[in-house]
Amino acid sequence: MPIFKDKHYFRVNLEREPDENLWMTCKACGELVFKQRVRESDNICPHCGEYFFLTAKERIESLIDERSFVDISQPIVAEDPLSFVDSKPYPQRIEEAQEATGLAGAIIIGSAVISSIPVVLGVMDFRFIGGSMGSVMGEQICHGMEEAIGRRSPFVLVSSSGGARIQEGIFSLLQMAKTAAVRGRLAAERLPFISVMTYPTSGGVQASIASLGDVIIAERGAMIGFAGRRVIQNTIAEELPKDYQTDLFALEHGLIDRVVKREDLRAELGNVLGFFVEGR
Amino acid sequence: MSDEMTLDLLEAKIQELRELDKQDLLNLSSEIERLEKRLEEMRTELYANMSDWERVKLARHPQRPYALDYIDEMFTDFYELHGDRLCGDDRALLTGLARFDGRPIVVIAQQKGRSPQENKERYFGMARPQGYRKARRAMAFAERFAFPVISLIDTPGAYPGLESEERNIGGAIAENLLTMIGLRVPTIAVVIGEGGSGGALAIGVADRVLLLENATYSVISPEGAAAILWKDKKLTTEAAATLNLTAPHLLDLKVIDEVIPEPLGGAHKDRKQTASALKASLLRHLEEISGMPIEGLLDSRYQRYRSVGRYHTLNG
Ligand SMILES: [Zn+2]
Repeated sequence: MPIFKDKHYFRVNLEREPDENLWMTCKACGELVFKQRVRESDNICPHCGEYFFLTAKERIESLIDERSFVDISQPIVAEDPLSFVDSKPYPQRIEEAQEATGLAGAIIIGSAVISSIPVVLGVMDFRFIGGSMGSVMGEQICHGMEEAIGRRSPFVLVSSSGGARIQEGIFSLLQMAKTAAVRGRLAAERLPFISVMTYPTSGGVQASIASLGDVIIAERGAMIGFAGRRVIQNTIAEELPKDYQTDLFALEHGLIDRVVKREDLRAELGNVLGFFVEGR
Repeated sequence: MSDEMTLDLLEAKIQELRELDKQDLLNLSSEIERLEKRLEEMRTELYANMSDWERVKLARHPQRPYALDYIDEMFTDFYELHGDRLCGDDRALLTGLARFDGRPIVVIAQQKGRSPQENKERYFGMARPQGYRKARRAMAFAERFAFPVISLIDTPGAYPGLESEERNIGGAIAENLLTMIGLRVPTIAVVIGEGGSGGALAIGVADRVLLLENATYSVISPEGAAAILWKDKKLTTEAAATLNLTAPHLLDLKVIDEVIPEPLGGAHKDRKQTASALKASLLRHLEEISGMPIEGLLDSRYQRYRSVGRYHTLNG
């Protein structure tokens, strides 16, 4: 039975609904800030520089050349292969996430232009069940890479995920192998894959597709790693340093190539993508 | 209420009577026969009604045969290869050469410890990045010399800890997935006990994936799922049932190729019988995939993983 009822959420466009509240309070510094200004500055607090959380749409908008985005996601939605019920049935959980986000799943795939370079772009939305990777996300990522192959474009993936979608059991685990498989094809075609890790990139996503980028860039403030602080403290009760799984921890230990400020990310992508495009 | 302990007690009782019977003081043979019949009935009933959580406990049974036991029973001339050539030798994950039915193979296997001391050394079968990188080295080795790869999976998961993160456990697992999907030799993975999440999958991408009857394979442990989703660590029975992590469920979901039967009561009741059933299955699968041209084999392996997942496609 299809979980997804209303097709109008399906194709994402970046037009915004007017917002009734013109002002918001920054949780970090307590200042009242003008929303329009926050929006125009990639959701960064104009007073203290705090990064506000970005939805997938906001992330796309912050990275691409204006009006260049076209949603090319597959028209697919989650199934419930295990009839999974925890505190609520999985189909209900999916429906609530769809209502809350206006998205069909936890990732959007689109074609876009970044610094005049056409790319295929995948962006996860953490609000959708923690950006977790189930069958839909796995398929969308593979579809994105295959589109990149078809268009001879680079593939850019922006991760924001707690890991596997537990409610899909073994199917969610196997998405790690599935995305790795298609990533191999992208490599065989010698097309670049830029992996952007944001807060958080962890579990099964970090242990598969996100760690397989030709270049791995972390946004400042990202959390990157396999097993979260809580898992470690519950299993082996080990003391963990303050900087555990921070962006700089990942950089220092060689997990990633670079750490970049949010406001520089668009230029950074243009810069690195330029190396793979003839005549630049 | 019959549980495994009752069965063990009854079994001990029968043994006691046998001893007495041997001494010829009393004729107990009819009584022994009666009890043996009862024991068999109770055992059949117990295992027919086993919950998924009970099967998880069987998969983790302290007497369950571990990888080295199967290596010993099924292969000859096991020649272990140590070290990842980068930083260490992980004793939770073994690699080596062996002969299988006379033919050289590469074995990759997770190994739990029997004693507290051995478990300290083997991290309870939880491999660290050096283990997964050693496995990757063994895969490359297998490809170079055209040896098939047989993986024996038995792990609660990759080792969670500071050291693992510092050495990029996630990246090590990811690299293995990429390597295995394109490995130009026949590959078979068998879950012999616990197939714990990414730590299992990191040696488990293969042309054939088999499970022993009482083995489990899951994205998360029932304890982990209970804690995260039900916010109650004690709800492991519910979590185990919901995760569909047992061999029969996984076969129904078509994500594995075959379930290898175990003796009544579990693999530890008859190690040799279990190993010989597994060996027969491995031989059959290996013969099938070894007969395929490598390009065709790689293509069907790719399709197997490319197509995995359940989702609904909307019309129009
Ligand atoms: Zn602020």
